Amino acid sequence: MRTPLGTVRGLGSARQGTDHFWMQRLTSVALVPLSLFFVFLVVSLTSAPYEVAAARLGSPVVAVLMLAFIIAGVVHMRLGLQVIVEDYVHGEAWKVILFLANSFFAFLIGAAAVLAVAKLYFAH
Amino acid sequence: MVEFTLPKNSVVKKGKTWPKPAAAKRVREYQVYRWSPDDGGNPRLDTYFIDLDHCGPMVLDGLLYIKNTVDPTLTFRRSCREGICGSCAMNIDGLNTLACTKGMEEIKGTIKIYPLPHLPVIKDLVPDLTTFYAQHRSIEPWLKTVSPTPQTEWLQSHEDRQKLDGLYECILCASCSASCPSYWWNGERYLGPAVLLQAYRWLADSRDEATGDRLDDLEDPFRLYRCHTIMNCANTCPKGLNPAKAIAEIKKMLVERRV
Repeated sequence: MRTPLGTVRGLGSARQGTDHFWMQRLTSVALVPLSLFFVFLVVSLTSAPYEVAAARLGSPVVAVLMLAFIIAGVVHMRLGLQVIVEDYVHGEAWKVILFLANSFFAFLIGAAAVLAVAKLYFAH
Repeated sequence: MVEFTLPKNSVVKKGKTWPKPAAAKRVREYQVYRWSPDDGGNPRLDTYFIDLDHCGPMVLDGLLYIKNTVDPTLTFRRSCREGICGSCAMNIDGLNTLACTKGMEEIKGTIKIYPLPHLPVIKDLVPDLTTFYAQHRSIEPWLKTVSPTPQTEWLQSHEDRQKLDGLYECILCASCSASCPSYWWNGERYLGPAVLLQAYRWLADSRDEATGDRLDDLEDPFRLYRCHTIMNCANTCPKGLNPAKAIAEIKKMLVERRV
């Protein structure tokens, strides 16, 4: 029995979303050079033995760039998946479950990747 | 979840083929979406034939020909027949546009006409625009000021007036909003391209003093940020406007006020 205007106004404006928008653009700009760096790194190590690859990944410059790539990538992935859920999932319960799953997944993937880089860095 | 198929009672069936006008030399075929709330049936696609020698050149002329000489039950909105009232917006040949400014000659083969997509249908080609109008009302589309009202009009420089070009021409026909996938999936929370273009029209107005409040009310993951720059709105606008650009300007203002 709500009026159309009452329905449209709903719970009002969330007054947020710009951080999400800005962070998604920021990480995409960062990922342009970082992805290229990552592809070149992987290609250059394709036929290298484990010790060479581990040493390369453990060198300070490569390790820092790898960390930047992992963090930017994981943040970007989490923001992007959140947009997909907001677009296509309409049940409130499902939405909350998927938001949680998305955040946990992104954090675990990111933490594991960061740990791997740290391990190689401290091993060298 | 989003539904990608039509519910059973909305599947469009083959409808009636109406007889060709007798002794007509130049004939054009129309296929028109028909649905009535009264008979409880599925929507159907009726086939009509237009005598081009007794009909104007626009798609709307053909619809009026059908209503006047073939089938008076065909229901659609129309008023000005010159692209300024926005009543006759419908999906013609796969694109949302105004029947009155779309020439039959622009379309090859059968002219297929459906109501604007993804809106509740009231009857035949008449969609329910209640939510759309309420969304327009919700952005408070009028000049808001705090300063004492001047004795004469609120002044605006020529340059500032030019900032409203490409915005004020919008006739709220809803073609763009009904073409936007984001509006299809989240039309109850996303304001849609037409309403956001109108919102920007007031944000861009140098005389308005409520810019900050307007931005506050728009800054929302659903109201504004469902726009993913798909550009269907700019592609379909029968007035040649670019709602996607207006939305991008709103996003720019929101970033600008915090950096």
